[in-house]
Amino acid sequence: MASTGASVGAEPPEVKDGDEGVRRRDWIHVAALGTAGVGGIAVLLPAVSQMAPSKDVLAESTTDVDVSAIQPGQSIKAVFRKQPLFVKRLTPEEVAEAKADDAANMRDPQTLAERTTEGNEDILVTMGVCTHLGCVPLGAAEGENKGEFGGYFCPCHGSHYDVAGRIRKGPAPTNLEVPEYSFTSESTIRVG
Amino acid sequence: MSFAWAKQYEPKSAFTKWVDEKLPLPRLVYNAVGAGYPVPRNLNYMWNFGVLAGFCLVLQIVTGVILAMHYAANTEVAFGTVEHIMRNVNYGWMMRYAHANGASFFFIVIYLHIFRGLYYSSYKAPREMIWLLGVVIFLLMMATAFMGYVLPWGQMSFWGAKVITGLFGAIPFIGEPLQIWLLGGFAPDNAALNRFFSLHFLLPFVIAGVVILHIWALHIPGSSNPTGVEVKKESDTIPFHPYYTSKDGFGLGVFLILFTFMVFFLPNMLGHPDNYIEANPLSTPALIVPEWYFLPFYAILRAFTADLTIPFTGIVLIEAKLLGVIAMFGSILVWFFLPWLDKSPVRSGHYRPMFKKFFWFGLIPCMALLTYVGGAPAEEPYVLLSQIATAYYFLHFLVILPIVSQIEVPKPLPYSITEAVLGSDDKPGGTDGGGENPQAAVKPLPGSDPDGSLQPAE
Repeated sequence: MASTGASVGAEPPEVKDGDEGVRRRDWIHVAALGTAGVGGIAVLLPAVSQMAPSKDVLAESTTDVDVSAIQPGQSIKAVFRKQPLFVKRLTPEEVAEAKADDAANMRDPQTLAERTTEGNEDILVTMGVCTHLGCVPLGAAEGENKGEFGGYFCPCHGSHYDVAGRIRKGPAPTNLEVPEYSFTSESTIRVG
Repeated sequence: MSFAWAKQYEPKSAFTKWVDEKLPLPRLVYNAVGAGYPVPRNLNYMWNFGVLAGFCLVLQIVTGVILAMHYAANTEVAFGTVEHIMRNVNYGWMMRYAHANGASFFFIVIYLHIFRGLYYSSYKAPREMIWLLGVVIFLLMMATAFMGYVLPWGQMSFWGAKVITGLFGAIPFIGEPLQIWLLGGFAPDNAALNRFFSLHFLLPFVIAGVVILHIWALHIPGSSNPTGVEVKKESDTIPFHPYYTSKDGFGLGVFLILFTFMVFFLPNMLGHPDNYIEANPLSTPALIVPEWYFLPFYAILRAFTADLTIPFTGIVLIEAKLLGVIAMFGSILVWFFLPWLDKSPVRSGHYRPMFKKFFWFGLIPCMALLTYVGGAPAEEPYVLLSQIATAYYFLHFLVILPIVSQIEVPKPLPYSITEAVLGSDDKPGGTDGGGENPQAAVKPLPGSDPDGSLQPAE
């Protein structure tokens, strides 16, 4: 069986292990270190989890926006999860232009119908966050540069979005994100 | 430093050799808490508390840094952010309860550590510097704990801050301006809360620095031991690893069971319910008590109810307020002089019959009484009891200890640690020391295998 000096000194050669080949001391080592390991993980998880969004941040997950006052061709900025949200009412010409471009060669192909809700395809709801590195694109306020495709233009690194918020030129990898939303009444949308 | 027979670090792989040449950190660890640090073989469980205190410091720093991620030191929101931690932050309740109870457990561990030092006279030469640094650590801990208690900005936080900074107001001439300077105002407010937060964050790292000095100073003479007899030869010691790493590991397991029981089942038992009421500068709680670990010193502070006057003249030499403050600080500062107040050459209380009586039947009941009256209302009979206990406290250290150490006849000391453990320095089953193969040095037991290996009971 094991000797007291087993873990420090050399094992005396004449000491024979049990038939199973596992000494009680090995078992104690594995059990003790295993328990300590499980305990360590149990401490680590809360220490990591505490940095995730807290309950009050997660509770801010929906935003209601009144869209009735938005005139055709006008955009408003709202705030969703502390980030800008663009709500835009397209003019009939813009709707036609966006539909005409549905089949165009795009980096992130999407049709206008896919980016709006049925029956309200003139209401375009997108995050006001450029998908490149997170700047706020221009074009939501009057007089701002709308870019080469008449939608949004991000001044940081020159991404051009079309009237439906689709990336057409520049470094941004995807279209402006359309958050989950639904109409809670004729005039109001709930985002999130 | 260290003993001549300490094992040397020998890097084996090419990588560890390379590291050892560039930055011998593994060598430092090996010599400090590894097999290269010989420790007296007879340490009992009272020697666990140094490692446990170190663990508590790490625990407090880790949970404290986490809490600081969610807390805001502003009187408008501080109380709210603590509730935010309790309700909104993932596992925030656990972090806060671990931090609050961690402070209490830190003090429990430190008091047992100090108690060990007092009973076994660990403060005596050649270990005075370890003791002095330990007192410095204790003072820093008290300051840190006090400022931490202010941060939740509850009623006890606010009034604790007011009372403790008021202590400095007792100092003649400069007291009042000093108190205003400390607070950055005329009462605790945003300025005080902010600086307390800043210092509460800083001081634990200062403590960690002094702890390194404390351990450094310890490793020069090595640990004391329950007999108080110095290490003479190799057979008096065993390597720190694996013997004391496993013993400390077991102690840590017991500590964690008690600690987690408090955190998960009795998290508020050691706290004061009034601190769940937001600070109100216009209303003092009926009974202001500090956290339990300050109660003995709080009792000493309150024990002084009369001014020190020249008899029959009515001339006040020292006001009662200042006397209390001097006594409270003095009660800890007296520890700085302990290595020179206790003149007995014998260290361990085991071999000091008179010292032992005064320790168990004088100092210990005195500290228990001070703790009790410190939490009691400032009325009779508690005031009288606190005065008696305070008087004994100072008598013990300043009068009894020096006299006892001069007149006491100590019991005969064992020749060596080995003799104390085995009854003889040259006994079957004894060993002349570890070396490369400790088993080989074990003297054969009668009737045992001729190869001489010790068979542990399994």
